[in-house]
Amino acid sequence: MIGLENAAVRFGSRTLFRNITFDVPVGRSLAILGPNGRGKTTLLRSVLGFQPLAEGRRHAPPVTGYVPQHGMSQAKLSGLDVVIMGRAVRLGLFGQPSAEDREAAQSALVQVGACSLAELRYDRMSGGQRQMVLIARALATGSQALVFDEPTSALDLGNQARTLALLDGLRMRREFAIIFTTHDPNHALAAADDVLMMMPGGGEMHGPVAEMIEPDKLSELYGVRMGWVEVNGPTGEVRRAILPSFAGIQAA
Amino acid sequence: MYDVAAGPARRGLGPLRLGVFGVLVLTLLLSMLFAIGAGRFSVSVPRIIEILLAAAIDPDVAQAQMDERIVLLVRLPRVLLAALSGAALAVGGTALQGVFRNPLVSPQVLGISQGAAFGGALALLFGYAGVVLLGMSFVFGLSALVLVGTLARIDGRTEVITVILSGMVIGALFGALVSIIQFVADPNTSLPAIVYWLMGSFSTATWARLGLAIPGMTIGLLVIFLLRYRLNLLALEDSEARSLGVNPDRERWYVFIAISLMTGTSVAVAGIVGWIGLVVPHAARILVGEDHRVLIPAAALIGAAYLTFIDTLARTLTAAEIPLGVLTALIGAPVFGYLLRRYFKETQRA
Repeated sequence: MIGLENAAVRFGSRTLFRNITFDVPVGRSLAILGPNGRGKTTLLRSVLGFQPLAEGRRHAPPVTGYVPQHGMSQAKLSGLDVVIMGRAVRLGLFGQPSAEDREAAQSALVQVGACSLAELRYDRMSGGQRQMVLIARALATGSQALVFDEPTSALDLGNQARTLALLDGLRMRREFAIIFTTHDPNHALAAADDVLMMMPGGGEMHGPVAEMIEPDKLSELYGVRMGWVEVNGPTGEVRRAILPSFAGIQAA
Repeated sequence: MYDVAAGPARRGLGPLRLGVFGVLVLTLLLSMLFAIGAGRFSVSVPRIIEILLAAAIDPDVAQAQMDERIVLLVRLPRVLLAALSGAALAVGGTALQGVFRNPLVSPQVLGISQGAAFGGALALLFGYAGVVLLGMSFVFGLSALVLVGTLARIDGRTEVITVILSGMVIGALFGALVSIIQFVADPNTSLPAIVYWLMGSFSTATWARLGLAIPGMTIGLLVIFLLRYRLNLLALEDSEARSLGVNPDRERWYVFIAISLMTGTSVAVAGIVGWIGLVVPHAARILVGEDHRVLIPAAALIGAAYLTFIDTLARTLTAAEIPLGVLTALIGAPVFGYLLRRYFKETQRA
């Protein structure tokens, strides 16, 4: 559905990545992990067609539902107006959004559970609220491909949980091909089927979550020791999380 | 996490917004009536309406009375030209500010005004006026835009910042060329004509000149009006707009061409009238918000009323006519300062 084939991106003489091939079919979700500056965002931009490829090809539907890391922050428009923009591709150059577009936008807001944001001004929303509106806008495009650029990076833990629940909900519908980047391997555990790791020295590893998210590979990826811990889930069940051994008295 | 559905969102023109537009239309009509009536030979409002109605019913009847001649041959074309130019300049400024996501740009930024001024000055240097002047203004306004476009296009991509810088470069270039023309112009004949024209004035307005201005301005206004929803999308970051299926590189140019059409025409018929494209969009934004679907019509109405009013002041305040550009700057600058302060106070409170 959406992906790259033998793709390479170069900035001048520097090769950011080369020979990357992956394809996310409808019904799967791919998490992209990698250290800072390795080119996660550039990879996303290539998939979206914003970044010209030096080699290889991209394949994607004509319009991809894209959730940027920072949406336009100063737009003094209502949440609903921002979501309606997702319908732009259907409107044409001189088109005006119709009642039908408004309903589609409303229904997208319902899907992300953010109806109350319809009338709120976008520039007065919190980061978490904006995230919900931008996800609704991506859904309103009607595209089967959804691309998220670090959807959890600017959010507090509560909003991270909410966003991950939403991502997982979209994944479980099996109607979308989802790609997202993240810094936290636990987010891949929470909401992805597959993982693409951009290794620090160059080169990539690609595989199902269960094979990829494990201490050795992650230690190599981030250059910090990682280990499993057990936490209690909402209903008391024991769940596993993977954590780095940061400095300090207690492990995590 | 799941909120209660808020029902169908209320949309379209709310009663408040409708009221705002009603007041704007009324303001425009009143300022036009005032403009037709005021002057050394003043005409009362009922008499104006009587004269206009008579002319509307039978346009071919000879205007025998002095007040009829003044209203129909002198003031009406002037007022209509000022209103049309005001609408065009205001809409041009609004569209430009939206596309550049920058509230401080105006048609001068792209160098269009300076290019058009050079064309017009060149025509005046060789003793031409009328159609030649208009044609030259438009051609050089558009050339300035094409030059900016060529200069700003790097590796097949046009970034907003390079467009602004290129516009400054091309504007400065044409500004220098205008200075050269003034330098070589005959101080007894063409130089005063050029200087006065550059300061801006509607004093030469006639029906013929209005006829010259109408095509360019109405086409430009119509294109921007039709693109009004697209302007909301073009105001997004380029990558966001692209992801929504918009082609910002190309669609921006539709807006630019419409703006240069309006700006070139307005420079040709009235010289460079500054500040309208900067002040009016802000006033409109404060009144109706940032959605271009309502912002564009509001800016058109406010711009028309504002320039009509300023032009009336220019010709009635003193015995000799004050250059329009002087007044728009004198009034525009403090108004702009006030609007800016109010605007930022509001955003801070929010």
